[in-house]
Amino acid sequence: MKIIYFVSLFFLLTSYSKAQKVAAVKLKDLKGKTYNTAELGFEGPVVISFWATWCSPCKKELNTIHELYEDWQAETGVKLVAVSIDDEKTKSQVPTYVNGKAWDYLVLLDPNGDFKRAMGVNNVPHTFLLDKDGNIVYTHNNYAPGDEEKLYQEIKKLSGK
Amino acid sequence: MKYLCILLGFIISVSAHSQGKLTGNIESTFQYLNEDTLIGANQPAQKGLINSYMNVFYTQGKFKAGMRVESYLPRIQGYPNRFDGTGLGMRYVGYSDEFVDVTLGSFYEQFGTGLSFRAYEDRALGYDNLMDGARLIVRPKKGIVLKGVYGYQRLSFQQGKIIHGDGIVRGVDGEVNLNETFSKLENFPLSTVIGVSFVSKYQADNDADLILPENVGAYGGRIKLGYKNFNFDAEYIQKEQDPSNDNGKIYNFGHAAIFNLGYNQKGLGVLLSGKSVDNMSFRSDRTKDLQDVFINYLPALNKTHTYNLVATLYPYATQPLGEVAYQAEVLYTLKKGTFLGGKYGTSLNANFSTTYRPKQFLDNINLLDSSRVVYESRPFVMSDSLYWRDINVNLTKKINKKLSLIFSYFNININNDVAKISNDASGIIRAHIGVIEGSYKINKKHAIRTELQGLIVEPKNGQPNDKGDWATILVEYTVSPHWSFGFMDQYNYGNPKEELRVHYPIVTFGYVKDATRFMIYYGRQRAGLFCVGGVCRFVPASNGLTLSFTQSF
Repeated sequence: MKIIYFVSLFFLLTSYSKAQKVAAVKLKDLKGKTYNTAELGFEGPVVISFWATWCSPCKKELNTIHELYEDWQAETGVKLVAVSIDDEKTKSQVPTYVNGKAWDYLVLLDPNGDFKRAMGVNNVPHTFLLDKDGNIVYTHNNYAPGDEEKLYQEIKKLSGK
Repeated sequence: MKYLCILLGFIISVSAHSQGKLTGNIESTFQYLNEDTLIGANQPAQKGLINSYMNVFYTQGKFKAGMRVESYLPRIQGYPNRFDGTGLGMRYVGYSDEFVDVTLGSFYEQFGTGLSFRAYEDRALGYDNLMDGARLIVRPKKGIVLKGVYGYQRLSFQQGKIIHGDGIVRGVDGEVNLNETFSKLENFPLSTVIGVSFVSKYQADNDADLILPENVGAYGGRIKLGYKNFNFDAEYIQKEQDPSNDNGKIYNFGHAAIFNLGYNQKGLGVLLSGKSVDNMSFRSDRTKDLQDVFINYLPALNKTHTYNLVATLYPYATQPLGEVAYQAEVLYTLKKGTFLGGKYGTSLNANFSTTYRPKQFLDNINLLDSSRVVYESRPFVMSDSLYWRDINVNLTKKINKKLSLIFSYFNININNDVAKISNDASGIIRAHIGVIEGSYKINKKHAIRTELQGLIVEPKNGQPNDKGDWATILVEYTVSPHWSFGFMDQYNYGNPKEELRVHYPIVTFGYVKDATRFMIYYGRQRAGLFCVGGVCRFVPASNGLTLSFTQSF
């Protein structure tokens, strides 16, 4: 029995070397419109950033990118999807924060952690970069000032610039 | 173990010949703890403690399967004491396409805002009330979602096996997004979503004296409206007679109601929320308490704070037996280039939340009759007994490209007789907290961040209240994208007992590479939400070494 266990672990570890696709979960935006996370319909690269209103580093990351977002979009056509994992306690504060900070991101709500679980996210902030076909090409846990530069390098690589 | 191998074997055999997709994560936390009687930290007999988890989710086309292996050898501090062993803590198989989604085994689910039903996991808290059984989701038409759930809840995890709650839980939920369902309404300026839910539990009557209802239902409806810059949502749930240990076996009906009204435009967000709860503890085992086998979720109506002293010293949780609460929140960003906004804009945020005991009416009540209905309650009618009040403001200002500052003030009142958070206080604890946070970006990769926090507790009858005054200093140095170093000291300088005027120093070190993260903590820690190097999680009181490893794939 133990052998099966180890063989399976081996398979798990090797399988993760091939390109992963983004998980398909149905989430709602702030107006209640449903999106399938695997079919967001964007043409260029997509950044998926998991955050919460109670997570200071998450907000720091998204506010930093907010300052750069116009330039990023103009140069690479990238779109950012901010997935809030706030549950019912703080979910109502998501639109207040997003608008109060004048973010231009597509904001989706994941109040029971369905997408977070499906994407294997342990803790926020956690950022994924997808190519136009939904393959995960770069992922980063955590945020420290300067991490956005590394992310942007990866975005540029993807858009061939 | 046998079960595990079969499932793993099955997953491998499928994945070996296919283009299936595997995702998941690993988390492991090890602690080596010292005895520190001064702060109430114990050294466990084993000295070393370790919690580990691995989630594996597999999807191939329309087929899905997944599981979580968990291991407590033994559990880390602060975890529920019934967690031990290694084994499968969650497992499921299922099928999903655009029309149906079927899950057999374990699943997480939420109806509406969760007032009637929510099965979820919060690993940092050791909370997991997953459902074990069957779930069916049907999407008959665009914008319509119907859900049915049936199962037993996870109560604990012993000797590597899930232990279920005593009662069975079943429920149905339906939701319609009118603008998506009816094409004529697609571009209608008013967006409308309505939903209804019904949840019921069955638990055998084993009471010698009372005739207990074996089937107890909870039902209600919800609505979400959006018009131009306004949005409104509300839910009302009623619960049938549910005598339990929580409510002293009374035969009152219960209710929970919540509403949110928001106004939003670019640069301005305003929110007003209200909540009314009475006799709403809804568990699949009427004899349980604390956080065990809750079927529903009653969110506390206040802001989740992140600064150490505010977040961990005086947090407030919902009183399921009853409360009336209100919250108001404003966030405003002053435009760039204006006098007050400065070159980079300035954000102002104010938040107010308050909670009172509901008023109980006794006019039509005869306490001598056999109904065991002991009072009448009316939604949103409150008494003058304060449970909680929080007034807080903060100002975020970017001074230049390198330096930004945040100034915050919090005024917290918490009724320690009701929402017990301290053994050293009685009545209402009144605390004032001030925080200055500064971040300085040294160059493209190096940055330093500091927090200075002070907490003052108002004296009571001329005597210091609770643990008295506190101060915290935090310094964090990060090197993007891999390294972080931190130091934090909390100092209880105002403790009425001189021998307890102690420091809680802690050093941290973190290394991150893509989706892999290592963290090392050493020092004293009070219980609470702890954020370092960019990540927040709940950590219990301890003195010693903590190593944590997380990996996503």
